[in-house]
Amino acid sequence: MKVSLTRRYRFAASHRLHVTALSEAENRRLYGKCDSPHGHGHNYAVEVTLTGPVDADTGMIANLGELDPFVVREVIEPFDHMYLNEDVAEFRSVVPTTENVCVEIYNRLRKFSPGQVERVRVEETSKNSFEYDGT
Amino acid sequence: MEGKKIYSQGGRGLKDRGAKEAMIRITRKVEFSAAHFYHNPKFSDGENRRIFGKCSNTNGHGHNYTLEVTIAGEPDPATGMVLDLKELKDILQREVVDRMDHKHLNYEVPELAGKIPTCENVATVIWGLLEPKIIQGRLDRVRLYESEDLFADCTAEKNGSGR
Repeated sequence: MKVSLTRRYRFAASHRLHVTALSEAENRRLYGKCDSPHGHGHNYAVEVTLTGPVDADTGMIANLGELDPFVVREVIEPFDHMYLNEDVAEFRSVVPTTENVCVEIYNRLRKFSPGQVERVRVEETSKNSFEYDGT
Repeated sequence: MEGKKIYSQGGRGLKDRGAKEAMIRITRKVEFSAAHFYHNPKFSDGENRRIFGKCSNTNGHGHNYTLEVTIAGEPDPATGMVLDLKELKDILQREVVDRMDHKHLNYEVPELAGKIPTCENVATVIWGLLEPKIIQGRLDRVRLYESEDLFADCTAEKNGSGR
């Protein structure tokens, strides 16, 4: 039996799905209304799952007193109420689909503790979500 | 009906003839409310405060917990069920709700004595309580929400029954 801990966070941001290498028509065909020129926004939810031994003295896999400020600093502050395409440097050259947002968040959060971050799940809306475990 | 993927009164499940029965996971949800706090007597008051933050208030505080229990197994061909959900409901009531609902986890649940009642530890204790009681199907996952933003999972290892 394996134990894991999952913590959920939220941020709101705008984005536009548009690739400059493609024509206007191709962008429109590929991304539909997500290519709308001035961007649009979502309430995102991020779930980060940590695994590892439960510390005998604290009863914890990870101390939320350390995890929460780390996630806020690495993801929530840089992403919340931002235009992802411009305000997050990584998305100036990578289209901010939620697949790519999920990978970027995983890459940022895995630094919390080596080997502990098992999975990141990002909900773009209540109807679609994306998961990445680094594989 | 030979070869058709329909439920048969003759005792065959839905899967294609010749194949073993489909492995299904069923999940039952139950809620309870309880009080707790985090304090380790090995630590000084200052350390308890630093490590456990607000949770270290020894007067305690409470949560509405949501427990999701997942049982994995092949449906019994005679009943079409992995496990009678009513039976699972009764097990959850007896083993978890009767023990923990409207209780103080630090003082009133013997299985948690000497443990910090974190989400991880409470989920692990619930796994230990349920695992021997599940005799049809097998316990696959215990997910315990302390709030909608925090949950712990206990998951059976893929290669075994989790025992």
